Amino acid sequence: MSGASPTLPTRRQFLRRMAGGIVVYFSLWDLIGAQEGIEKPAGARPERRDLPRDFNAFIRIGEDGKVTGFTGKIEMGQGPSTVLAQMLADELDAPYDAVELVMGDTDLCPYDQGTWGSNTVRFFGPALRAAGAEARGVLLQLASEQLGVPVERLQAKDGVITDRDNPSVRVGYGALAKGRRIERTLKIIPSIKEFSRFSLMGKQVPRKDSLAKVTGQAKYSADIRLPGMLYARILRPTAHGATLKSLDTAQAEAIRGIRVVRVGDVVAVLHELPDVAEQAVQAIRAEFDAKESALDGKTIYAHLLSKAPEGRIVASGGDIAEGQARSSRRFENTYLNAYVAHVAMETHAALADVRGGKATVWASTQNPFGARDEIADALGFAPEKVRVIVPFVGGAFGGKAMNAQAVEAARLSKEAGCPVQVMFSRQEEFFYDWFRPAALVKVSSGIGPDGRMTFWDYNEYYAGGRGSEQFYSVPNHRTRVHVTDLRGPPGGHPFPTGAWRGPGNSANTFARESQIDVMAAAAGVDPLEFRLRNLSDSRMARVLRTAADAFGWRPAAAPSRRGYGVACASDAGTYVATMAEVDVAADGSVAVKRVLCVQDMGVVMNPTGARLQMEGGIMMGLGYALSEEVSFSGGRVLDENFDTYKIPGFSWMPKIETLFVDNNQLAPQGGGEPAVIVMGAVIANAIFDATGVRMLELPMTADRVKAARA
Amino acid sequence: MSDSVSFSVNGVAVHLDVDGDRRLLWALRTELGLTGTKYSCGEGHCGACTVLVDGKPVRSCQKRVRDLKGREVTTIEGLETDGRLHPVQEAFIEADALQCGYCTPGMVMEAVGLLRSEPNPSAERILHAMEHNLCRCGAHPRIVSAVAAAAAAMRGGAG
Ligand code: FES
Ligand code: FES
Repeated sequence: MSGASPTLPTRRQFLRRMAGGIVVYFSLWDLIGAQEGIEKPAGARPERRDLPRDFNAFIRIGEDGKVTGFTGKIEMGQGPSTVLAQMLADELDAPYDAVELVMGDTDLCPYDQGTWGSNTVRFFGPALRAAGAEARGVLLQLASEQLGVPVERLQAKDGVITDRDNPSVRVGYGALAKGRRIERTLKIIPSIKEFSRFSLMGKQVPRKDSLAKVTGQAKYSADIRLPGMLYARILRPTAHGATLKSLDTAQAEAIRGIRVVRVGDVVAVLHELPDVAEQAVQAIRAEFDAKESALDGKTIYAHLLSKAPEGRIVASGGDIAEGQARSSRRFENTYLNAYVAHVAMETHAALADVRGGKATVWASTQNPFGARDEIADALGFAPEKVRVIVPFVGGAFGGKAMNAQAVEAARLSKEAGCPVQVMFSRQEEFFYDWFRPAALVKVSSGIGPDGRMTFWDYNEYYAGGRGSEQFYSVPNHRTRVHVTDLRGPPGGHPFPTGAWRGPGNSANTFARESQIDVMAAAAGVDPLEFRLRNLSDSRMARVLRTAADAFGWRPAAAPSRRGYGVACASDAGTYVATMAEVDVAADGSVAVKRVLCVQDMGVVMNPTGARLQMEGGIMMGLGYALSEEVSFSGGRVLDENFDTYKIPGFSWMPKIETLFVDNNQLAPQGGGEPAVIVMGAVIANAIFDATGVRMLELPMTADRVKAARA
Repeated sequence: MSDSVSFSVNGVAVHLDVDGDRRLLWALRTELGLTGTKYSCGEGHCGACTVLVDGKPVRSCQKRVRDLKGREVTTIEGLETDGRLHPVQEAFIEADALQCGYCTPGMVMEAVGLLRSEPNPSAERILHAMEHNLCRCGAHPRIVSAVAAAAAAMRGGAG
């Protein structure tokens, strides 16, 4: 790790891997200046070096006319392999079918920070489009020379350049690229297409990944096979922080074909069949010393408050005392949010082949370059000796940014001298997950006789800050974030915590939008009307009004007994308003019958992809709102599988409607997370409307709702 | 404790000399090289590992190899006929009924099994039959539409 950026392959190395053709390099950072806009999940490794300034993605037009975009982003179901191809094809005027993305391969793709935070289309997209536009410019220039026609007279369409005055004079992109080696680096942004000139962007296109996924051909990390590979199962501690006291592997070793391997603190059994390895790990006798912990789901909140630092004020204005003095009604509430697991259907998996001083690792990760560096560290290799390849990822939601399984597979492979697969069991997945942190929000607020907000005093604990700044027009306000990252201070959380789809914003939106409804109900004002009365942000008012029209919202003060709820938020540049209708049964169980979600996300690049993210966010949001809570006690995570940890299923499905507010003048904003963050609040508000009972703790399980009603 | 078990997978006769207590899921994914069938919970809760045994959906993570003697197993890789996708596969593509795709093989197999026994299920019935197939990406609404569309297409196709 000495010298200047030894880990970054040079431009020359990349070019050597490509045959001829036209290559355009581009740097996201220079073009967009977006560094401060890009967050990464807490717990991800700190950057060891500056981001490469020269380039971090490139596209190539080959002699066969095929266009390839190379990016370190990964496909985990959120659709970049489709939408990025769509953007690139459009700017290049190439046929969509001719464009492919090569993603998440650290040897083929330039450095990337990781795929999270709804950043792919929002920040990477414009740079990719600019590169497409530049390449198109190069092609037009080449065509002009070859055809002897001035550029102004040429027209590019579907991968062919034609003389407008004489359409029989034409040449294809492949022919232009033939025998060439042209390299360009994007320095200034060429003009990219205006919305009115989009031909593919904003339209529905066939997904790039569906055929492979419906036929079982799509390869995920655990599906990669190498000759001579072994499957590992690893001895796991009984609790977080437990240490190994005694170990007896005799019975495991007696199983035919089993190898017991120990590297550092990893004790593993290897076998050519994964289920036999599982039997063997069960046969290991081991005792652990575990510190007893007094924390559980009930005591955790007082504990967290006791460990919380002062934090810092992130927004303020006016004078709280004055606002309090002017209030005719004051309200003070504490909102609680339980630990929630990611539970991607694919557990963490990796196959590592570490032989001859080189490592190749296929891993399910949101962060291939982070994985590469961690593996290199663990093996004592230079990073360029490690290649990480990310095949399809079976869901991540913020949970696949740590790479423990990939590091374990690499260490075991190096030791065993053959390829080794590590795939977490569901039990390991629950144990090693870094949960969405339990969080508290204390809100104190008031209204005047006119039903306008007078003050807003907001203290957020452990949610990490995202979404804490309120957007209502309240003259006296103060927002303090006590724990500014998702990991929390030492001695805080009893296990690792980190980013979970829309980090922090679901806790903040639950608190803010619930408190707004508390005030509306006290004022006897319809909750939508109360919001509009206290909003000066016209974008937010517009998504709310659009939702109300589509939902058929008729004004009534809550509780109206209809079971209607409303909530709004902003996240990753997108504005969202959601309305819901619920039924609350006598036993406290809540059935969500209808959810309508409206987003203003700027230009919508791929409407179907955006809707899928909204529908997925709504379904996922039902879980943290109604059932999902990691149970733990004595240092143990009690949930080990889907029998006790309930995620939303088909029978939970409300009628779902999704709508976009047209905002085509605004560049595309993030779409992976906004819909999920409003779900706690909108359901809490609908429960209040149905029953007159205010739920302050997530999840709102049947037991909690019943207890609150009693 | 090795048993000798013969059965068919996707129309091809297979013969395994293995511990008969082993679960079909792992035999498929290793010895038989069919990785389309997925592991997600290993305890019968999630349906990611669903295959058909004699036309009925079965959790392969629970199914002992010994119990397969003489039976016909169909996996996601064996649904195509003469290079044509099964109508359920077509419908999943058409309806965009997937995101990360990890639950998809299990969902497709469960749906194929359902439509074999009930060619004309109501939406209610589809929800019920699919309830124990989990999807974390939230593709549920589109999966239900896809299954309904496939049912309609298959009825149409049958004349
Ligand atoms: S893996 Fe078999 S049911 Fe979940
Ligand atoms: S599509 Fe990802 S789990 Fe269903």
